[in-house]
Amino acid sequence: MKCNKLVDAGRRQFLRGGLMASAGAAAATVAGTSEAEAKPALARVDYPANRLANMADLAVNEPMDVAYPDADSPGVLLKLGEAVEGGAGPDGDIVAFSVLCPHKGWFLNYNADDRTLNCPGHYSRFDAEAGGQQVWGHATHNLPQFVLRVDDSGDIYAEGVDELIYGRLSNTL
Amino acid sequence: MAYKRQIDRLPIIPADAKEHNAVCHYCIVGCGYKAYTWPMNKQGGTAPNQNKFGTDLSEQQFQDTEAWYSPSMYNIVKQDGKDVQLVVKPDVNCVVNSGLGSVRGARMAENHPSTVTGTQQQRLTDPLVWRYGSYQPTSWEDAFDLVGQVTARIVADEGEDELLVSMFDHGGSGGGYENTWGTGKLYFESMKVKNVRIHNRPAYNSEVHATRDMGVGELNNAYEDAELADTLVAWGCNPLECQTNYFLNHWISNLQGVSSTKKQDMLPGEAHPQARVIFVDPRRTVSVNAAEQAAGADNVLHLPINSGTDLALANAIFTYIVDQGWHSMDFIEASTLREAQDRPPLFPARGVADGQPGHLSSFEDAVDANRMSIEEAADICGVPAEDIRKAAEWIAQPKEDGARKRTMIGYEKGIIWGNDNYRTNGALVNIALATHNIGQPGGGCVRMGGHQEGYFRPPEGHVGRPAAYVDQLLIGGKGGVHHIWACNHYRTTLNATEYKRAYNRRTNMVKEAMDAVAGGDREALIEAIVVAVKQGGLFAVNMDIVQNEMGKQAHVVLPAAQQGEMNLTSMNGERRMRLAEKYMDPPGNAKPDCLIAAGIAQAMERALRDLGLDTYAEQFKGYDWQTEADAFADGYGSANPEVTYDRLRKLGTNGFQEPPQGVEGDTIVGTPRLYADGVFSSDDGRARFMAGPWRGQVTPGKAVEMDRYPFFINNGRSNLNWQNWFLDQDNDFVLDRWPYPFIEMNPEDMAERGITAGDLVEVFNSNGAAQAMAYPTDTAKRGQTFMLFGSPRGTQGNVVNEGVNELVIPVYKQTWADIRKISDTPMVAQGISFKSKEFKL
Repeated sequence: MKCNKLVDAGRRQFLRGGLMASAGAAAATVAGTSEAEAKPALARVDYPANRLANMADLAVNEPMDVAYPDADSPGVLLKLGEAVEGGAGPDGDIVAFSVLCPHKGWFLNYNADDRTLNCPGHYSRFDAEAGGQQVWGHATHNLPQFVLRVDDSGDIYAEGVDELIYGRLSNTL
Repeated sequence: MAYKRQIDRLPIIPADAKEHNAVCHYCIVGCGYKAYTWPMNKQGGTAPNQNKFGTDLSEQQFQDTEAWYSPSMYNIVKQDGKDVQLVVKPDVNCVVNSGLGSVRGARMAENHPSTVTGTQQQRLTDPLVWRYGSYQPTSWEDAFDLVGQVTARIVADEGEDELLVSMFDHGGSGGGYENTWGTGKLYFESMKVKNVRIHNRPAYNSEVHATRDMGVGELNNAYEDAELADTLVAWGCNPLECQTNYFLNHWISNLQGVSSTKKQDMLPGEAHPQARVIFVDPRRTVSVNAAEQAAGADNVLHLPINSGTDLALANAIFTYIVDQGWHSMDFIEASTLREAQDRPPLFPARGVADGQPGHLSSFEDAVDANRMSIEEAADICGVPAEDIRKAAEWIAQPKEDGARKRTMIGYEKGIIWGNDNYRTNGALVNIALATHNIGQPGGGCVRMGGHQEGYFRPPEGHVGRPAAYVDQLLIGGKGGVHHIWACNHYRTTLNATEYKRAYNRRTNMVKEAMDAVAGGDREALIEAIVVAVKQGGLFAVNMDIVQNEMGKQAHVVLPAAQQGEMNLTSMNGERRMRLAEKYMDPPGNAKPDCLIAAGIAQAMERALRDLGLDTYAEQFKGYDWQTEADAFADGYGSANPEVTYDRLRKLGTNGFQEPPQGVEGDTIVGTPRLYADGVFSSDDGRARFMAGPWRGQVTPGKAVEMDRYPFFINNGRSNLNWQNWFLDQDNDFVLDRWPYPFIEMNPEDMAERGITAGDLVEVFNSNGAAQAMAYPTDTAKRGQTFMLFGSPRGTQGNVVNEGVNELVIPVYKQTWADIRKISDTPMVAQGISFKSKEFKL
């Protein structure tokens, strides 16, 4: 299956990752037999606010390769030109999604013609203009979308994720 | 808004979690799963020694990993009365699916009832009785007593033909060997109920009588054959959506060349060219698109024939193959009937008897009777002659080295629910027999299938053939008591508009009679019901896991368990039998169907004794089962004592392929493919050919309907939801995508009627009307639509006429109607995607 540039770029980044992966390990529970004090823990994962790009870096319908919440979780940043569900920025048209298919973790490919993300593994596809809704496919959840904030300087930050990212049982590792 | 669960992490399966064999309870493929359960106060950790996978879960896992599960695969359920955590995930070691999960099966955990997470609170938990003008929960004893007394009175007074039964005949949830035996023993052994029908059709019959009459059982190959074939034929089926992981794991791997090493290993000494696939379907499906991606468009042939013209196409291909001399005369001589049978006087209009509509004969007789030129077929079917010729070449032209081509034909509802079912089914088997593609690696002529199977019942010969058309009996005021097992004809029968009108009227008569004696005692109640029944009313008893539309007309509703909540055995489309183990409790006081059947039988025995009918009452003995295992041992186990729960448990999700051949150690030796020895399922062991020429649109009323209405209302399944929606009607992920059943329409047809994407439209004809959500589809031909079948929010069966074939097989597929707009896009459908369903790079 031929993969386009986005997919290749994503894969390179994916394989390179792991830099931030060690942070989560400290939170792992440790089994013990002696009496131990209960440890406080947060009910939800703590998402970092990561700068993905600046508005000036984006052109309409040209996907940009990003990663969030860490380098091992590839995503795509898109300016769609029209306000959409979950869209950020002054025009409400900037969105970002995980590009790991929530079915089996294959890299999704962005089709600019109809603005969908397509899985070459098993033919699932997701609508970038409808909150990552699965148009057709095998995944049992819609595509994880990154929660975005754009500041006054046009910097675009990701600050959360609305579904579980493929390949991790905690969105932050 | 796209539905999001907002789940950012999941509990980790601890290393010591309990592991259970599970099988998907939806489609016939029966993908292997594993269910893991562990206590609420425990959880695994990310370190390899802290989790079930032995994997460092603090790192990102790669594609196809075993060490990940989605939120839909997790839930909190009851096990032995205690809340436990549950994960049900695809089994990477199952040869059926190799770790693939479908969008249906991978939601099994989420679709279990949970009082903690709130899922599936629609599940029935207690018997309900119509009382005080509504449904009231009651005890099993009370409910059984009412069912037993009324049923006993009616069958004792008026005979067993007054008891109508609708019951599943399948495997998987709501079925399986345990439950088909429990129900079968009650209705076919203790009684001889004749007016009985199956969940998806209005009579008790096979969907594929023809292939069986020809001596060829319909599940005759192994899934592996799809990896070994030179040519795959998908005739009237849409395997990517309806048999998803069979298609992905076995067909696609062949089309991509992944199975070429296996071909060389298993079938040395012959050429193995790039595999090809032929689709016969009026509609371009996502299966066609996926095959083009996998094999390249040059190796995919789609024949978008006019609906219901399959017989003409099959006969033309058969004729061409024989004229080219590509048939296998040695096999025909050795394994098929060699003497032509006398043709019936009214051939081809009628067979020798009403129950024998076709003409089973010799190869030569079939060649003579079925002769159809490519050009004639092209005219009838509306596809180019050169494409039909190409199909014949792909199916049977010898390979470059002269070796016989290995071709597998899979067919399903496009044939089964279609015009001239009997002869068309036979015509496909003719092609496979003539080319010696049954019993051979890379061959087979098989149903793709709907549900899994799990049929073990006493003989049903008393039902007769053709079997009674039960829906027409119900509509016509016949029968006094109706027992219903996991069926909802309101959604999934033909002629549904008329059916519902009659059924509501008749069951309401009984409800009113019950209401009128609210202050009376049990005796007065029974008497009131019996009087109402004798005046044309209908007393209905509904066994199901949820309260459906038909159940809301019943007078007693009994809650059943489903797979995972009981031990259940079934077999899949390659006859692979597994034990799906119990890993949780049924909700509330629900029970396995087999034990409900036993309860009814015991109540019948008591009631008949009270009526002084001791001899009759004796027939209802033999139901002292404590668990489903007892029902299994009493039924399937009595015929196959070597097949035990213990052995099946050890065989895990791979099980064995029926029929069992014996036992070696712990293993039950199975049968990968039938008829490998060339001996078929007929008295003399020889297969028959079907002499059945093309006869036009023969279903009563269809030709007139076709001429009268502008739209062809093709219909069927979608990938996302299970066919009858019984659990998916309460699943947020599914309802977010399909708030209404879609109807795929050509965009120009929509524009002409002022319809835009998502608008609510009404499909209507003289049979009735149904609503649907317009889904613009570029690949839909003008005047052709495809509507999702079986939805609670728009029932396609409402517009299907009552016409059936000679053996009472419904003809859902050939339906024509008009379409009008009802409403702009309703709120729940606003914001959903109406883009093409076809994968595009």
